[in-house]
Amino acid sequence: MREALLLFLVVASGTGGEICVTRAMKHVGEVKDFRPLAVVQVILRAMKLPWMWIGISLMALAFFSLLAVLSIENVSFVVPVTALNYAAGALGGKFFLGERVTPRRWAGVLIVCIGVTLVWLGKR
Amino acid sequence: MTSSAGLHFKTYCMLLIMIVFAPLGNVMLGKGMKNVGAVATWAPSELLHIVTRVFMSGYIWLGVASLLTFFVAYMLILSWADFSYVQPASSVALLVVALLGYFYLGERISPLHWAGIVVICLGVFVVGNTPPRTTEVR
Repeated sequence: MREALLLFLVVASGTGGEICVTRAMKHVGEVKDFRPLAVVQVILRAMKLPWMWIGISLMALAFFSLLAVLSIENVSFVVPVTALNYAAGALGGKFFLGERVTPRRWAGVLIVCIGVTLVWLGKR
Repeated sequence: MTSSAGLHFKTYCMLLIMIVFAPLGNVMLGKGMKNVGAVATWAPSELLHIVTRVFMSGYIWLGVASLLTFFVAYMLILSWADFSYVQPASSVALLVVALLGYFYLGERISPLHWAGIVVICLGVFVVGNTPPRTTEVR
């Protein structure tokens, strides 16, 4: 039960963090100038946005949850299960960012979910 | 994207770095956390003690360094290669994690577990082969 909760945190907060960072970066605008000073300015502008800080906090939570779950479960179990990020990403992209998710992508997400179920059952 | 031999070589080198260092990073984090011990409590004082041990672990730092190496290679390759070309590499990385877990860490993996990993790789491959941008650019 504890590992399920931690894995949920890894996937949900990891994807949530990426969605928040995406929102912030879309607000900053496309980066076209890659000279060091310009990149620093982009980072500073991004750091002023609350979405960026929410995103970074969620990603940190995901990383420490990953460490916690790795302390009780095998790497060969944990890492394949985190492929559920693709399912969370497709859902988050569709509902929070308004992206169009193609049928082929949904099919891939479904296959990932079937695989995760098999891994989960295979662990018992 | 030109199809010169040099660009192909550069691309394959970066893909190789990604496929090696992402799994290596995860395996090192796993080994480090097994040494730290199971996180079995949520009491703040105990958690602080665990966090201190995490940051004292050489394996954890090796894992973080490996993941950073992966991330730099990922960023670099995305500057010239398509995202949909690069992303299926992560399906190979999942398989490499399982192989490293089995051979290096001695983890037991049942046939059903292996089957699940192969199915996940297939799913990630299908997801990765879809167009990276579906929103209109204006």
